[in-house]
Amino acid sequence: MTSLFRDNDLWGPLDPAADAGYGEDKPKRKGFFTDTSICIGCKACEVACKEWNDVPADHFDMLGSSYDNSHSLNANQWRHVAFIEQPARRTAPVDLGMPGHRQDDTPAADTPAADFRWLMSSDVCKHCTHAGCLDVCPTGALVRTEFGTVVVQDDVCNGCGYCVPACPYGVIERRTAPEGAKNVGIAQKCTLCYDRLGAGETPACAKSCPTQSIQFGDIDELRERANRRVAQMHEAGIMDARLYGNDPEDGVGGAGAFFLLLDEPEVYGLPPDPVVPTRDLPQMFRRATLAAATLMAGAAISFTSRRLVPRLLSTSLGRRR
Amino acid sequence: MTPDNAVGRGGREGVRSQTTAVPGAWGARRGGGRAGGRGAERSMVPPAEFTSYYGRPVVKPSPWKGEIPAYLFAGGLAAGSSLLAAGADLTDRPALRRSGRLAALGALTFSMGALVRDLGKPSRFLNMLRVAKLTSPMSVGTWILSAYGPFCGAAAAGEVVEILAPGAHVGPVRVAALTRPAGLVAALFAPPVASYTAVLLADTSTPSWHAAYRELPFVFVGSAAAAASGLALVTAPLAENGPARRLAVGGAALDLLMEHRMERSMGLTAEPLHQGKAGRLMRAAKVLTVAGAAGTLLAGRSRTAAVVSGAALLAGSWCTRFGVFEAGQQSARDPRYTVVPQRERLEREGPVRYRPED
Repeated sequence: MTSLFRDNDLWGPLDPAADAGYGEDKPKRKGFFTDTSICIGCKACEVACKEWNDVPADHFDMLGSSYDNSHSLNANQWRHVAFIEQPARRTAPVDLGMPGHRQDDTPAADTPAADFRWLMSSDVCKHCTHAGCLDVCPTGALVRTEFGTVVVQDDVCNGCGYCVPACPYGVIERRTAPEGAKNVGIAQKCTLCYDRLGAGETPACAKSCPTQSIQFGDIDELRERANRRVAQMHEAGIMDARLYGNDPEDGVGGAGAFFLLLDEPEVYGLPPDPVVPTRDLPQMFRRATLAAATLMAGAAISFTSRRLVPRLLSTSLGRRR
Repeated sequence: MTPDNAVGRGGREGVRSQTTAVPGAWGARRGGGRAGGRGAERSMVPPAEFTSYYGRPVVKPSPWKGEIPAYLFAGGLAAGSSLLAAGADLTDRPALRRSGRLAALGALTFSMGALVRDLGKPSRFLNMLRVAKLTSPMSVGTWILSAYGPFCGAAAAGEVVEILAPGAHVGPVRVAALTRPAGLVAALFAPPVASYTAVLLADTSTPSWHAAYRELPFVFVGSAAAAASGLALVTAPLAENGPARRLAVGGAALDLLMEHRMERSMGLTAEPLHQGKAGRLMRAAKVLTVAGAAGTLLAGRSRTAAVVSGAALLAGSWCTRFGVFEAGQQSARDPRYTVVPQRERLEREGPVRYRPED
């Protein structure tokens, strides 16, 4: 191996906190499992996040495209509920496990099926195992916490903005507005409520979620729960149900915040098969080194075509001695 | 008018179309809603079948403005100038050496100014030096510049002393002799200064930058060589500009050839290089670079030809950097360039999964 990087440093399964140097006594990796099949689009998570983290109001427009008026994940929006209306797919109703809405209460034959369906999904920073933002941060402002999450240190970030295009999900952003708000000019995103985690509390969004669509916990346990849930839905005939971001062998080494979706990821504004850009970094450095050598050689040839070599040997070196 | 508003006028039907069958129509619509002139160009693109969330971007474009492509240009100019200066020093071309060293420092100073100006918190510029991080091309670049800068500065300072007090000595040693090692070390660090900027752009999720990672370093070093030779043709006398003419032709050829190969390997994400502002810049870059390289045939005999072709090469390099930068920004703003290549890869190879032997 000639690589400057250790195995699985850039991608592949990894315990990110252990890789970052936290010892044996570190807590288990924490994350979110967002089950979008039971999201009701109430936006309690958005509000709770803003309240707890003191995230300023911004992008406050009526967008006119759907019930989603908070636009996107961005510097001032760390939870974002997507809202999609689409023509219905013919599937049997599923028991959502919610009181008063059991499968056998509402036989499908009696009620005419709606000709459309609503998809709602609360999106958030994925806290990737291999986080593009953290990899490329040149100041060390972005750090891996003991919980395996990714957090910006506001007092270190110099606002270079490199993390913004690095993120394969378009999550992190440099705060530009509102004027006078704290941390303007600095990269901002979900911290997975690092302060609450430290006090043994649940992140604000998960705490406020009335349907437990946002579930917080140890990643290992959440992954098992997600697998059980998707199996349950498949059994009930909801073959659209699929997990997104749960596989530790995927392009970002598994996300710390993963999802159960009911349609293709891009329908929700998520990339279908994201890969952390630094996966290709060793190759990029090799190409750049080769290019640098080409430039050096080209410059040398521009001079040698007449007389560099003889002069270099006889005159220049001779005179310096 | 925001793209969302444009879509909103489409009403309910519009909302549906994005999640179902023919979202190709969305790109055209959004383009039309954004700016009149661009709409026409966009509609020439064959609609690729893809789905998105109300046509909103998936990845975010970098927050960088013109400072960054200007820095890419100036960094390359500095690097190429240091190489020319070192060669001129070793081959007794004092005027070429002088112009190269001064140009390198000038371009480097401009670069640093642009880099600091671009920061969200310019006062924290020195935080770049808190860490040395191999996974961050910007950190690697900062350290390359930190190594290159002082030697580049020392070589130029020696030149200034020579201008003010020709033949000056420090003790028994001539200043000119002292600056030679500085100039040579600067030339040693110069090629990475020119090539790392390609990794800086490529190591992102910006579709048209990342997809270019194999060829972009060669495009950038070619562009750097062309720019520096261009400036040397403008400033150095005819008698000494031979190496600059040769480097200009070599650099321009490398730039154009590798840019061509790059576009072939990028697939769909090459599209933005032909559209809108990026398209205009890339076309201008090609014309200027070809004209500048052709002009060097006369630049050994005619001072006017040297100045004109040198200026064309400089402008060509400027346009290349701004064109590549702008193409990336355009590719990030349109979800098509994120979603479609990933979908195509999924269909071709299945989902990306880690294999230890990779």
